[in-house]
Amino acid sequence: MDRRDSLKSMFLGSLGTGLMLSGCTTDIAPPDPQIAKAADNYFGRTPEELKLIEELNEDQFFNTHEMETLETLCALILPANENYGSATDAGVPAFIEFIVKDMPYYQTPIRGGLMWLDHTANTKFNAEFKETPEGNQKIILDSIAYPNRDKPGWEQPLEIQFFTTMRNLTMTGYYTSKMGLEDLGYKGNQPNIWDGVPEEVLQKHGVSYDPEWIKKCINQDERGVIAEWDEDGNLLT
Amino acid sequence: MYDVIIVGSGAGGGMATKVLADAGLKIAVVEAGPYFDPAAPEQRTQLKWPYESPRRGASNRRPFGDFDSAYGGWDIEGEPYTQKDDTRFDWFRSRMLGGRTNHWGRISLRFGERDFKHKSYDGHGDDWPIGYEDVKPYYDKVDKLIGVFGSKENFENEPNGFFLPPPKPRLHELFYIKGARKSNIPVIPSRMSMLTKKINDDRGICFYCGQCSRACSVYADFSSGTCLIFPAQKNGGQIDLFTNAMVREVTTNTEGKATGVSYINKEDRKEYKLKGRVVVLAASACSSARILLNSKSEQHPNGLGNSSDHVGKYLHDSTGASRSAFIPELMNRDTYNEDGVGGMHVYTPWWGDNKKLNFPRGYHIEVWGGLGMPSYGFGFNPNDLNRFFNQKVGGYGNSLRSDIKKYYGSTIGMAGRGESIAMKDNYCEIDPTTVDAFGIPVLRFNYKWSEYEVNQAKHMNDTFEEIVHNMGGTLLQNAPSKESNYGLENPGRIIHEVGTTRMGNDPATSVVNKFQQLHDVDNVFIVDAGPFVSQADKNPTWTILALSWRASDYIIEQLKQQNI
Ligand SMILES: Cc1cc2nc3c(=O)[nH]c(=O)nc-3n(C[C@H](O)[C@H](O)[C@H](O)COP(=O)(O)OP(=O)(O)OC[C@H]3O[C@@H](n4cnc5c(N)ncnc54)[C@H](O)[C@@H]3O)c2cc1C
Ligand code: SF4
Repeated sequence: MDRRDSLKSMFLGSLGTGLMLSGCTTDIAPPDPQIAKAADNYFGRTPEELKLIEELNEDQFFNTHEMETLETLCALILPANENYGSATDAGVPAFIEFIVKDMPYYQTPIRGGLMWLDHTANTKFNAEFKETPEGNQKIILDSIAYPNRDKPGWEQPLEIQFFTTMRNLTMTGYYTSKMGLEDLGYKGNQPNIWDGVPEEVLQKHGVSYDPEWIKKCINQDERGVIAEWDEDGNLLT
Repeated sequence: MYDVIIVGSGAGGGMATKVLADAGLKIAVVEAGPYFDPAAPEQRTQLKWPYESPRRGASNRRPFGDFDSAYGGWDIEGEPYTQKDDTRFDWFRSRMLGGRTNHWGRISLRFGERDFKHKSYDGHGDDWPIGYEDVKPYYDKVDKLIGVFGSKENFENEPNGFFLPPPKPRLHELFYIKGARKSNIPVIPSRMSMLTKKINDDRGICFYCGQCSRACSVYADFSSGTCLIFPAQKNGGQIDLFTNAMVREVTTNTEGKATGVSYINKEDRKEYKLKGRVVVLAASACSSARILLNSKSEQHPNGLGNSSDHVGKYLHDSTGASRSAFIPELMNRDTYNEDGVGGMHVYTPWWGDNKKLNFPRGYHIEVWGGLGMPSYGFGFNPNDLNRFFNQKVGGYGNSLRSDIKKYYGSTIGMAGRGESIAMKDNYCEIDPTTVDAFGIPVLRFNYKWSEYEVNQAKHMNDTFEEIVHNMGGTLLQNAPSKESNYGLENPGRIIHEVGTTRMGNDPATSVVNKFQQLHDVDNVFIVDAGPFVSQADKNPTWTILALSWRASDYIIEQLKQQNI
């Protein structure tokens, strides 16, 4: 078993047997599971910050029609594929509802943009955006989804700016959701023992570790041994 | 009656608390913010997912994002500061037990021999009244007590220490190493205060979540609360913690000696007094200067310790400029857990010879990039990088998913952090026209960069461009213009403000002596970065810690000898 595997089994083993609480020197030290669990109900807010969130949640900014239009739009921007749901399935419209209250400068451009969608759909297809068939919705989006690469955002027509904003919020909302993080393949935010870039990745990108450098780095088998030095600062343990 | 009253609980205050309480003294710690423990369930942000924040970690409320542990920021409600003329000084304050050490970057560098004697070397600024040899024993002790990883490099003016082994570089860091070395720019393992290895039974070992800015709930990174104050309490120290207590001034008697402090309790908004034999100020460089300037009395009409008129003068911050780049060879990455420690695993110390350059002092380079955890802003302009391949940007639909994966982890950033020359004309002073919500007169800043700092920022940009070119990358921003000072950040922005109560042997040109004791009043000490004569091209905190320990040892000795 190479070191990576042995660390992995050590970690899984200790999880399984509930050893996390003990002072065992070799395992990874994640936060005390009781603390971790107790913290489930919080995300570290001060009382003032909690109050602000509650106040924002009490208000509803978008009306039902606008929320439904958002649902349609977010699912067009990022539809489901064979493995994952759409941005709407991942809860993005609710995230946008919160963000426009927390960042009020979004309110008018987004509200106005939604009206622009309806007005355009009514004019062209005689139906509201959310009611008109997907083919028609895409015809409208095609006219605003491709900004001129060589112009800064603020010089683009308003409806293009609106769509850029919607794409940004949809993408960020999706990739910060549970579904999106999994889709991305993000593997962090959990106790781990970092022991370098996997060999196959190094090869793929054409780089390698300098043995001189690696000699200086932590030997992860000895992370649990208390450090001691000689008087010149050479590590003895 | 306390033996010692310590104002502020950040790096300087925490160290003084630990050393003085361990010596058996009776201590009051007076802290303007609330109690904070990153292990407390209701305060913990570590290992939270972006979706646990309704704003997905955005930085519109907390300046470094919703999960950053700082209670404070550039602007704090009810605590304004003002600017003189066209000064734009940015002042970052945290109001919490442990101060800014809860969320600092943990870059833990010693100053080198030259850094204490730079005037002798190049004629600019002033020498410190102490040298590296005076501080070295304390750096050694800080390394062992707190823990710092790094490597012995025998690098000029970049002293070795008692290091824990560093973590291996990440993928983008290997690219950086390659790119920098091509131009003979050195890169060495970072020196940061996270425990890659056990140092005692009280603190956990780093489990590589990359979130030190959220403060570590197993105490594997350095915060003043978790690594100094809590252990001192556990050790049986006689410590009374006064939190939400904003010190207004140091009180004095008719002989002009300090008798204690007066503070405002934020909860009932009333003023209280504490009595102590010694007062130690550690409210951070500018806040301590403010307290001194506001401590006016018949004996000290110009403010406490200010007979020289030097309190607030010589304020200086590190310089900073940064750029980011797209590295095509880092596209299409396989994902794996690359969180690592909360910060870079490699960095570049200053390598140049200033005698051949048009600016007198150096800078170091910090690096970022990698497969980080998404938060608000991730996925904005998902395929903007298409422009480099002359392809369409924008669109919608499932192709955006592949765009995201294609570019995830393909950008890299570099920041220069350099030394500026301390100048008497850069200062903070009391603004007589403005008070804060506690009725305390506030600070007004006056600060101008000189040609030297601007030239240095230009050099930083040239260096970044060269390294990016070597990496086969493309810069994401145009080169900053001369008019924008080559991207030089506003003073204060690097959050290394120091020098406001500088040390010296001459009471006419300095505020404290070489043991950080006021020249004017022997029972008042300053243990934050105020006493710094110059802020090297290193980050300041490791030096604050070493000097605070040194000053605390001196206090113990002086109390024993009944000199104070
Ligand atoms: C985002 C960030 C990253 C950083 N990264 C690094 C880094 O990598 N390396 C490095 O060396 N440095 C770094 N720093 C700087 C570092 O945080 C400071 O140098 C260090 O914390 C200063 O310690 P201090 O004790 O002087 O002050 P602080 O840590 O600011 O503590 C001062 C304390 O005093 C309290 N206080 C202030 N006024 C009063 C008053 N009137 N009454 C009572 N209490 C008061 C404050 O509430 C605070 O808790 C960083 C800072 C920030 C914000
Ligand atoms: S990276 Fe390590 S030291 Fe930093 S917060 Fe995570 S576990 Fe703690």
